[in-house]
Amino acid sequence: MSISARQVLSKLTLPVLIVASFALLLVGKADTMLADRARMAFGDALAPIYVVLSEPLGRVRASVAQVTDLWDLRAENARLRDENERLRQWQATALALDAENQRLKADLHWVPDPTAAFVTARVVADAGGVYARAVLLALGPNHFIRRGEIALDQSGLVGRVTEVGARTARVLLITDLNSRIPVILEPSGGHAIMTGTNGPRPRLLYWSDGAPPREGERVVTSPEADAFPANLPVGTVRFTAANVPEVQPAAQLDRLEVVRIFDYGLNGMAPPEAARPPADRLR
Amino acid sequence: MARDEQVPGIRPRPSLGRRLDIVARHSFPATSTVLLMLLCGLPFGIADQAMLLPAVTLAAVYFWSLFRPAAMPPPIVFLLGLLLDLLGYLPIGAGVLTLLLVHGLAGQWRRRLTQQGFVTVWLVLTCLGTGAAALLWALTSLLSLRLMPPGPALFQATLTAALYPALSVLLIRAHRTIANPERA
Repeated sequence: MSISARQVLSKLTLPVLIVASFALLLVGKADTMLADRARMAFGDALAPIYVVLSEPLGRVRASVAQVTDLWDLRAENARLRDENERLRQWQATALALDAENQRLKADLHWVPDPTAAFVTARVVADAGGVYARAVLLALGPNHFIRRGEIALDQSGLVGRVTEVGARTARVLLITDLNSRIPVILEPSGGHAIMTGTNGPRPRLLYWSDGAPPREGERVVTSPEADAFPANLPVGTVRFTAANVPEVQPAAQLDRLEVVRIFDYGLNGMAPPEAARPPADRLR
Repeated sequence: MARDEQVPGIRPRPSLGRRLDIVARHSFPATSTVLLMLLCGLPFGIADQAMLLPAVTLAAVYFWSLFRPAAMPPPIVFLLGLLLDLLGYLPIGAGVLTLLLVHGLAGQWRRRLTQQGFVTVWLVLTCLGTGAAALLWALTSLLSLRLMPPGPALFQATLTAALYPALSVLLIRAHRTIANPERA
């Protein structure tokens, strides 16, 4: 090739690639599954590395936390003693209520809810990016996780499984912009929809006129739309300075380490794969 | 290497080891950027860690486009952009376009910028980073057909500017030593 031809070619590369990136944008928009599959393949390839490195990194984080814990040991101790006192009172109440509940259920021939099967998985990476809130879980090679299953940590709802790879699964957190969850406020029993904002606290929308959310109310999932089982703890209602009701999640969404994935056998709010033929869905 | 052989002078025999050395030095900018990107995904447990990836990628592409453009050609930038889109859960193509534009602009201003001091280079990156964050925000909003909150974009722009001095200390050192083909 002559020198001038080579120069022309090298000058053309950038514009051609910019045009190609526009084409990529269109392709990515037209076929979102393609991008999702590529991402899960990537996640599957990287997950073993993340798993290996998460152990020492976790230890470093734990020792840093220990140092800060030592710092406010006294205050923490006093707070815990106080809380313990209060919890002991609550425990007595809870035991009494539980006994009463059992008695009443026995009288009513109550059919108990089936207990759901669950698997525990380690959170290995942030799978959110700038404009999403999600985490990546490392799973064994022969897992049975499906889309739409529900993730909980030790204290509350975390999110739902949206993509499943061979060794990983992506869980969309309840704080994500695309998350919409039907909830019930307790004790008023009012219904509302909890929508993520990408911020730390999702918002409450569409509550019924009769039962507006009140500060400090407990928020639990609603079985409406068959997407969630009833009564999973979500968080508590908090009002912002602008008087917007938000939910303070019970789950520690900013430092998830281990989550449990429950299979309640629900398939409401049909996940995208439901549109495919049933043979495919059995996976 | 072809250019190398046209210049008269005394130089070591192009043995296999030496050739490998040259290739390694030549590919250092691209491989180190990929490694940095993968490092950003590790579970450090920092809040808003997802913001690190676009900021670091942008700074690295900008630096190498300015100071060693031969080792950061447009096709490599394209692939890095694709990796950014996949790892960073951005709409496919958004990161590619942003990085290519940053690379193109850095190439345009290269002559003048490389003669300036660090502060000018940094200020230009701050502007480019803000533009890139705005472009990513606009593309994400456009492709998901909803207005994304502008907070993350602002934070990302700030992070790009804030990370660059620390990152450039490492990159400048690498630029003079490991990534320098003349030292092979």
